[in-house]
Amino acid sequence: MSLSLLFYCVAAITIGSAVFVVLNRNAVYSAIALVLCFFSLAVIYLLLEAYVIAVLEIFIYAGAIMVLFLFVIMLLNLGKEDALPNLNYLQRATSLLLVLLFFVGIFIVMIGDQGLLHQPTEQFLAGGIYPLGEALFSKYLLPFEIASLLLLVALIGTVYLAKRKV
Amino acid sequence: MIVPLEHVVVLSLIIFSIGVLGVLFRRNAITIFMSIELMLNAVNLALVGFSRYYNSVDGQVFVFLVMTLAAAEVAVGLAIIIALYRNRQTVNIDEINLMKN
Repeated sequence: MSLSLLFYCVAAITIGSAVFVVLNRNAVYSAIALVLCFFSLAVIYLLLEAYVIAVLEIFIYAGAIMVLFLFVIMLLNLGKEDALPNLNYLQRATSLLLVLLFFVGIFIVMIGDQGLLHQPTEQFLAGGIYPLGEALFSKYLLPFEIASLLLLVALIGTVYLAKRKV
Repeated sequence: MIVPLEHVVVLSLIIFSIGVLGVLFRRNAITIFMSIELMLNAVNLALVGFSRYYNSVDGQVFVFLVMTLAAAEVAVGLAIIIALYRNRQTVNIDEINLMKN
């Protein structure tokens, strides 16, 4: 019971930091809030017994990706953003309406008239490194190899884009 | 599972909606990239929740691949932002209209 309470507390922290990321005008503060969001998501993964994914979340997102973001923000010396000069209210109202429609639609589908989907208390075996590695190198070997190709393409593309003459 | 599956999916839905609103409302290219990261993380959360519910490792393999994709996307996207800033001295996407018309 206390674990589910921890889940809801961490979920509140995640939502709060995500709102902070979107609303803050200073890009550095947004990045720091995003790091907090990733760490609380890692805690949620731990509570869902996905241990490898939790560790990877901290390594890749909070480590590699956010360091890249902070490097770029400080390289470009982005300070506080000015208040938005030209507000297009029609565009904003439409996008807000569409997002609300999306939210309410999936919310109604998920919280329907049936009861909540609790897993019967059964040992979860798929959260460790062994089942994940076994699946990655047998059933999902081809996507794994394609992911390595994707990383190679991203590497070459980044080096080309970051050259002085584009 | 310590919480019902619906609560995990609704949390994922809330984070995804915040990310979509960030992409639609903000004009700073870096903030838009962070909102895209939020959306990818929301999808990861839903995948982990379903993987836990169905007691299967497949969802976690997809999370692994999504993380690879996010790393590649961020590297290329930030390189594009740096190249744009070098040419235009701005990251405001309203002023970047090179391909308009």
